Amino acid sequence: MFIEELSLINFKNFEQAEMKFSPDLNCFIGNNGAGKTNLMDAIYYLSFCKSFLNPVDLQNIRHDEEFFVVQGKYQRQGNEEHIYCGLKKGNKKHFKRNKKEYKKLSEHIGLLPLIVITPSDIDLIMGGSEERRRFIDTVISLYNQHYLDSLIKYNRALLQRNNLLKQFASTNSFHAENLEIWDDQLVHYAEVIHRERKIYIEKFLPVFQNYYNLISGGNEIIGLEHQSHLYDGDFAGQLQRSRQRDRILQFTTVGIHKDDIEFRLGDFPIKKLGSQGQKKTFLVALKLAQYNFVKEISGITPILLLDDIFDKLDKHRVEEIVKLVANDHFGQIFITDTNREHLDQIISRVNAEYRIFTIDNGVVVS
Amino acid sequence: MNIEHFPSRLLENAVNEFAKLPGIGRKTALRLVLHLLRQDQREVEIFGNTMIQMKNEIRHCKVCHNISDNDICNICANPSRISSIVCVVENIKDVMSIENTHQFNGLYHVLGGIISPMDGIGPSDIEVESLVGRVSRGEIEEVILALSTTMEGDTTNFFIFKKLKDLPVKITTLARGVSIGDELEYTDEITLGRSIVNRQNFEDSLGR
Ligand SMILES: [Zn+2]
Repeated sequence: MFIEELSLINFKNFEQAEMKFSPDLNCFIGNNGAGKTNLMDAIYYLSFCKSFLNPVDLQNIRHDEEFFVVQGKYQRQGNEEHIYCGLKKGNKKHFKRNKKEYKKLSEHIGLLPLIVITPSDIDLIMGGSEERRRFIDTVISLYNQHYLDSLIKYNRALLQRNNLLKQFASTNSFHAENLEIWDDQLVHYAEVIHRERKIYIEKFLPVFQNYYNLISGGNEIIGLEHQSHLYDGDFAGQLQRSRQRDRILQFTTVGIHKDDIEFRLGDFPIKKLGSQGQKKTFLVALKLAQYNFVKEISGITPILLLDDIFDKLDKHRVEEIVKLVANDHFGQIFITDTNREHLDQIISRVNAEYRIFTIDNGVVVS
Repeated sequence: MNIEHFPSRLLENAVNEFAKLPGIGRKTALRLVLHLLRQDQREVEIFGNTMIQMKNEIRHCKVCHNISDNDICNICANPSRISSIVCVVENIKDVMSIENTHQFNGLYHVLGGIISPMDGIGPSDIEVESLVGRVSRGEIEEVILALSTTMEGDTTNFFIFKKLKDLPVKITTLARGVSIGDELEYTDEITLGRSIVNRQNFEDSLGR
């Protein structure tokens, strides 16, 4: 699957742009702030109906303008797909596939699989556990509808239980039986979610390890340690034992909504002890492994966006990443960089069609 | 015309009352009030009195909590209905939906809501104890749980199940599966998965 043409009107710092892409390799080159990443974001937008940089839709409209339009023409499974996204101030977002408007945006997600590797991925390592849960939930939900359904149900039961705890506090009352009703539901859905997360992490690890070693050129052992209250035994019992604490704090303190994945390098958490290069390598390997899974699950070769990934990596690692993604396994690739040298290095290795776009201050120069 | 400029306070009050009804905006409320204003005095009195009488005199069936004109509703009072099977529903609208299928000849039990702390509804706010009472008296052989398939519906089902499971009664729930007329490929995976797990004897399926 690949994007053939992209057209933008008033999207971020682009007043207007039309681009034709190579099905293999496309490079955006330009200074910081020129708008390279905004082009990546436009492509991301067409896959996920939102920006990966700015969650506030209206702020993606060019300064002092009233609306934006992003359109893409794709080749997917032998068919041409026209995707349209338009947003006007004061109106709802319009998202169309082949001129037909989606009823729900969620119907579109998954049609055009895409993986982005960007500097903000560092939040996966440095940020809260929520980031890491979202990282695996997104992939599991792609192939397991039952998992997604359980997750939605679990979160709903959690919301109700927390509401009940607040009610107890505000009325200065307590009914163990009323709380148990929700414990039962949490226990039921937590088991499904816990099991699937465990299975997924086990399957994911060797693929991830392989990519890590290829890039680092070493043989360090990396680890993804699934941390969950459910490993500490009977979850129903834990809910019961944490009742007093839950009452005081007015929310549910145990459960799979507190799950985390500890990223390890050897015996140490990378968050605390990894160098910047190690962290970056870790993230790139993580994302490439995710690419692998999405490709396998969807049966469609995703688009790969590499946004400024070579920064803070040594020459050797850059070379290995270049070797990796130049492989046939990866489909259409977009790369941004300020440094022409990296790009030339990549191009010299890829015997595929490529295009280079120079971006200057919101304008595609060439 | 700006409908907020009322020439009469009485008119405005009437519009305000109509606009409190679900699904009625202020424009519609004004249209309804002006319509009533054009009617004969007698007509409007009948309208108003009917509402007052409904509110004052309507009762809830002492057995099933369905809405009724008498102490016992028409369904509970009907000797041709099978009193040993009771279908548990959330509200009166559900009774009407199931009655419309003409497929059920047992009795009902109307909970008057489902458990939802977000909406301030706990187990004691709905008619669960009275259901346990009915079952404990031994008149009932089967309880059918027929609540919606939301989180709150499932939770209420499960709560009732726990209350009844030690009593000598069979507890069933609505079959959940592929809708009649649905093409398999367009059925969502959850529904389809459940339909496969809860598959039924083919001969039984012919009877429906
Ligand atoms: Zn009755």
